[in-house]
This record gives sequence, C-alpha cells and structure tokens, in this order.
Amino acid sequence: MTQDNISNPTTFMLDNKIIPFSEGQTIIQAAMAAGEYIPHLCYNPEFKPHGSCKVCTVKANGRQAASCTQLAQADMVVESNTQQINDERRALLQMLFVEGNHFCPSCEKSGNCELQATAYALEMMSPHFDHFSPNRPLDASHPEYLLDFNRCILCSLCVRASRDVDGKNVFALSERGIKTQLIVNAKSGKLGDTDFSDQDKAAHVCPVGVIIKKRVGFTIPIGERAFDVNPISVSPHPVKKGA
Amino acid sequence: MTRQMNTHAAYLDPILNHCQCNVHDLLQILRQAQEHYGYIHPDAIDYLSEVLALPRAKIEGVASFYSLLYLKPHGEYRVLFSDNITDRMLGNIDLMNSLCSQLWVEPGKVSEDGLLWVNTTSCTGMCDQGPALLVNNIAINRLTAERVSAICELIRERVPLPSWPAEFFAIENNIRRKDILLNSDFESGSALAAMLQRGALETLQEVKISKLRGRGGAGFSTGSKWEFCRAAAGEQHYVVCNADEGEPGTFKDRVLLNSYADMMFEGMTLCGHIIDAKKGFLYLRGEYRYLLDHLQAVLQRRRQQGLLGSNILGHAGFDFDIEIHLGAGAYICGEESALIESLEGKRGTPRNRPPYPVTCGYLNQPTVVNNVETFAAASLVALHGGAWYAGIGTEISSGTKILSVSGDCERPGLYEFPFGVTVAEVLADCGARNTQAVQVSGPSGVCVAANEFDRRIGFEDIPTAGAFMVFNQSRDMFEVARNFVQFFAHESCGFCTPCRVGTSLLGNMMNKLAQGHGSPYDFAEIEKLNVLLQSTSHCGLGQSACNPVLDTIAKFRPAYDQRMMHTEFVPAFDLDHALSQARRMTGRDDTGAHLERDHDTR
Repeated sequence: MTQDNISNPTTFMLDNKIIPFSEGQTIIQAAMAAGEYIPHLCYNPEFKPHGSCKVCTVKANGRQAASCTQLAQADMVVESNTQQINDERRALLQMLFVEGNHFCPSCEKSGNCELQATAYALEMMSPHFDHFSPNRPLDASHPEYLLDFNRCILCSLCVRASRDVDGKNVFALSERGIKTQLIVNAKSGKLGDTDFSDQDKAAHVCPVGVIIKKRVGFTIPIGERAFDVNPISVSPHPVKKGA
Repeated sequence: MTRQMNTHAAYLDPILNHCQCNVHDLLQILRQAQEHYGYIHPDAIDYLSEVLALPRAKIEGVASFYSLLYLKPHGEYRVLFSDNITDRMLGNIDLMNSLCSQLWVEPGKVSEDGLLWVNTTSCTGMCDQGPALLVNNIAINRLTAERVSAICELIRERVPLPSWPAEFFAIENNIRRKDILLNSDFESGSALAAMLQRGALETLQEVKISKLRGRGGAGFSTGSKWEFCRAAAGEQHYVVCNADEGEPGTFKDRVLLNSYADMMFEGMTLCGHIIDAKKGFLYLRGEYRYLLDHLQAVLQRRRQQGLLGSNILGHAGFDFDIEIHLGAGAYICGEESALIESLEGKRGTPRNRPPYPVTCGYLNQPTVVNNVETFAAASLVALHGGAWYAGIGTEISSGTKILSVSGDCERPGLYEFPFGVTVAEVLADCGARNTQAVQVSGPSGVCVAANEFDRRIGFEDIPTAGAFMVFNQSRDMFEVARNFVQFFAHESCGFCTPCRVGTSLLGNMMNKLAQGHGSPYDFAEIEKLNVLLQSTSHCGLGQSACNPVLDTIAKFRPAYDQRMMHTEFVPAFDLDHALSQARRMTGRDDTGAHLERDHDTR
C-alpha cells in the first residue's frame, strides 16, 4: 500500500492499514473499531485498560508498548501482526499456561475461553516452558458458583468488575511476583461468605475458567461454543451462549 | 464484631487517631499494628476494615504485597538474613544454617513453639559491614559465628530486644572519601535563607544552571523536573524524597539520612517553596526502621527552628512540612510511580506512564520525586550557586557522586568522587586487589570487566545510583548473576506477565545450570527470555532483570560454559536423583537401583 505523506491528524498506520481514531482512543480501541484484531486478554472494552497481560504488545513507532494503554497518535506507525511480535505474544501465552494449571480437555470453559482461543489464534503448539504446577485449591462454597483458581491469569477483570460496576469488592489480588493470587473478600476466604451473586458483572467477565456457574456445565457441547464457531480473531468478544 | 468489642481496638485506636483514619495511610497503619502484635491479626483486619471502610481483601492484598508484613503468626523473633551477593561472599548462608541448627528450626518455617522464624531477605543496605540480619526489623551487622551463637542464647532465653547488647546494633558510617557534599559544614537553615534572599524562581534558575541530575540512577535534570512540576496545574503540589534505597549494594542514603539529614530535608523544603507545595514525604525503606526516631527528632528540631511549618524563616506564606512514611520490604517501591502507590496506602504496582508524577503523582497531583542525595545536593546549589556546582564533575554529569563500595576490597564504605572518576581510581582508593569485575549500580546496572576499568562513572558512560560491588578473581560470576536473578524474581510485583513469570523462569533456568543439567539449549532459552523481558515488561524491574545475565554471559562466558555439562537437552527434573530417597530407605546403591544414564552424577 502506498502512503501519501500528507499528515492526517486522525489516522495512524496499523500493519500498512490506515486506521482512523479519535482523541483519547488507545491503539487497540481504534483498531477494534476498524475491525482489526490485536490479541489481548486483560483488556475488555467495557473496562478501563489495565495493561498487565502484555499480550496486546505492539511496536508503535519502533517502540514496544501495550496497545491497550498506548494512546493512538497521528501518523503513528504500528506493527502488530509480525513474526517477531507474534513470537513474543506466544511466549507470553506460554508463560500464562505454565504459571497455572490449565487442562483444556476437561475444562468447562473450553471453547469459550479467551486464553485457549488466543493460543489457537497464535498457533501455540506447546507450553514450551517448565510447568510451575502450583497447588491452588478450588472454592465450591458458593451455592451458584465455583472458583477454580488453577486457571487464573491475574487479569483482574473480576476485581475491576466487582469494584467498579457491582460496588462489592468481592475480589482482590494478594501476594506478589509469581505468588500473586486472586483472593475473596471474606475472613474465611470463601466465596460462599460473600454477597457475590449471579447478577454481578463480576460473574460474567472472567476470560478463562475461574468463575464457573454450577449446574449448567457442558449444556452446550464442546464444538458448538463461541470460539468453536468463530475464531477469536473474527469475534473477540462474542455474547457467549449460556452465559 | 462491633467496634467496642474488638480486642484489638486498644492498640489500633491510637494508630488510627494519629492518622485521622486516613485510608492513604493504610500501609503505615498496618506497619504500626504489626509492631504491637508481631503480625497483623485477622480480627485487627476486621476492625480496620470497619473503621476505614475498606474491604478486608484490599487490606490483605496490600499487607501481603510487602515482605516485612505478616498476616499469620511469625514467631516472637523474626530473623531475616540479608542475602545480597556481598552477604553471600561473607558467609551468610553458613551463619544462617548455624543459627537454625543451634535453635532447631528450619529456614522459612516458624518454630513449633512459636519462638522464632528464620529466613533470608533482599539486601538490607549494610554491605560494607555484613553479613547482616534484621531481627524484628532492626538491623544487626558484622555477624560472626560468636555473634550468631550469642543471638541464639538471647533468643532461647527470650531476652527482649531492647536488652540485647548495644554493640550488636551499632552501625558505622564508614565514610572513606569526602568531597563537596560529605565535607560540607552545612548549617541548617542556610540554604533556605540563601533561597529567600535570591528568590524562588532565581533559585530554580540556579538549580538549572547547576545541571544537577537525579541521583537515583535515571539522571533526569532536577531543574527541569521542578520547573515542569511548578508549571503543572493541580490543587496541591507534593515533594517526595525517595529513601527506599533497595538496590542491592547501595547504602549511601543510609549514611546521608543518619548524618546529613538536615541537608536533605532542607533540599526538600527548597523544592517545596519552588513548586509551591505545602507537604513533603520522606519514603524510608522498612529495613531502615531504626533511623525513624532520629529522623523524627531532626524534623521536630527543624520545626522548632522555624525551618518547617508555617511562615518558614518568618517568610509569610512559606508553609511546608514533612511526613515520614515507612516502606515494608518491597524493592519495586523505589520506582517512583510504585512509590507513590505505596504512599497512597496501596500495593506497590508501577503505574502506566504517561502521565508522569510531575503532572499526576501523589493523589493524582503534581509531584516531584527525587533521591535523598539529589535533595542534599540541591541544598548545596542553593547555598553556593549553580555555576559553582556545574564547575565540578564533567560537562554532562555535574557535581559529585557518592558511591557505596562493598565486596572484595580493604576499605568498604562511602566514597564521594567528582563525576568522571574511573572505575580503576575507585578500585585503587578502596584497596581492591586482583579485581575480576565490578557491578556498578546494583543488579539493574552494569557488570564491568577488568578490561573496562578505565571507564568513567557518569551519565555519559556508566550511570549509577551508587552501588559499587567489587569481585576478585576467586569469585564465580555465574553465581553473582544467579543471586541477582533470584533477587529480581523475589521482588517482581507480579503485575505484568513477562516479569511475574519470566523472572521466576529465569531463576529456575539459572538453578538448572547450577545443578549441572545445563546444555546449549538452556543457554539459548535464557537469551530468548532476556529479549522478551526487555521488550515487553511493564517497568524497569522486568526490563533490567536480565542485565546481570546478559553482562556476565558477554564478559564471563567460561563461567557459563563450565556449566554446560551436556551437549543435548536434559530436563531440569532428575529422575535418578528423585529416587535417592528410596535408595536410602532400602539401603541400596548398586547399579540396579539407578536409572541408566549418560552421566553418573552420584
């Protein structure tokens, strides 16, 4: 594609495509509005960008940045779908896979899981790194919901949803480094001792399989789920059936 | 449980009243609560949650972020051995094992009788007088086998800490070379008087003329920072002094805080007047808790002298005061935006930048964050003028730099040199012999090999926050790098994927090499991980976590090569080794009890 060198205050280049943007939009917001997929996990258009998973990393004017927090600028040249950046994204996904315990074949979220779908989109063939195999007990104390911390990728979407939308603060992050973990706002540490409910936004934002609704498992068979029908690159945030 | 019924109210109420139940003081409240109880009791969290109207998960999230705060009982005596490479070189691990065996405890586990807990901690800033430890957050240095045995006896007899021998707690300044800053016979109030005589804007001009650059390592122009902050719109402006001296091998701020506190506080006050701030914070690392009373006393004296408070030096409208906040064991809080988060009573996670603190800092207000040494130097500039200061050092790096020298040398301690001094000159001055390498500016800095000792300390060549760790020919540079990598893994805040997972993966890979399972494959993996961490990490910690490895691979390759025991990939998990316990139990060690393998590493 040829580019005339006339400065346009409202567009930037993403992998040789012209992307319009408005003041204050981040790279990923503008790209998604233009129908361009940039892989991401902790970013959800309904929430303030967080910038922690780094899967949406792009090269903006030659410098690497998280596209969910980097503001779009006029005439910026953004590289996203390149071998180097996809290799790095794949390595970040592999890190997330080995950090927790992810067994896709037996996971109720399979087919609706953004981690799994993004790994397919980036053609991740193996976890590559040595597994940490952490010991993370389940929490089945809540009558309607199960928490499987083994699958947590620490995107903190549930933390943000519960705090900013539900006004409940059911979730928080604790510890630090590789020990960082999701905790529940109860002295017992159990979800059953909180006011968490099916009506909460936080019950429906987990991109992976941590927050699982009980008694509806596998009502939609694997093979007919959101990302089984359309890859995540085509439909990054589908309304998931049964959600 | 109602407020009245909570048994923890007795000690929590005075703490809460003192800070007027300000949620931004959460970290300070938790730290003080712990001082009363040895750990933060779950019922105390109930009470704080109710009074401060904060979710308990948030309080637990904050407390668990800091390695010196505990949510479970951690024993009456909490003994933490400083585990910087310089402590290692002085035998800290043997001393820790000796203490553990004398008291029948395992490192990392609270003793069954609840008497003590022993573990390692990141560098406590005592590298010139190590090996060092913290007992209940108070520093003890110059450990020897005798001193460790004496400590065991004191713990066994449950002697309260204030009754331990005073010489255990003696901390030396070890100032070896003085220049303009350490030599100055600074009189408190003199720099403020000079500023008031000259005018605030004119003093800012002098700071710009001085070309003073931040002493925390990044080297941003101090004058420009103050000018940007002054110009930034906000309801309040704030001055923050970064005394979270956590970079392993750095201890110069400890000495400045101990013996030059007036110069630093005066620099903060100058800055306050110039940027129109009414309030300043000193963020003191938790490991320097022992300095708190002294610093509070200096602040109190300065208030009495009319150098802090309202109408400073009689100048109407010059109001400024300083509050001290203590950290609680988190290296990441030395990063300015993480420090600000911590000041606000949160987990020390670095913010997304921009915006930078000069426009959006403490409570989202314009904030200047400078290092202890920067503020002290600013006082000298106000006193003697910018041109005088700019005439010292080099064109690009004006003034002097205080180096914290430790490791293999005869005279470890503080050395103040004009910028531009060579590594070789420092080595000669501190009495280093047969030097193999110097780690300048700590693990996140650079490792300088012998053929580079003519390189200069300064922003144009080797920038430094002050650490200068010397390694002689007998040292294994692989082990140096491995210690630093483990440090980064321990101190990663866990926010971003590459640093949270990558630093631990890197630590495991270095351990694999150390255990003799290395192959060229692992070497290539380490190099790939380095690139990923540098390019995708959220902040400087992750970006620089690989520096020690990259540097030592480039300059001390044989230290790695000798660990490439295999030509083909070997898993880190050693099945034959895993069977060793079964062999011991069955009393067998014949070939049939071993797995067939290429290399017998029995």
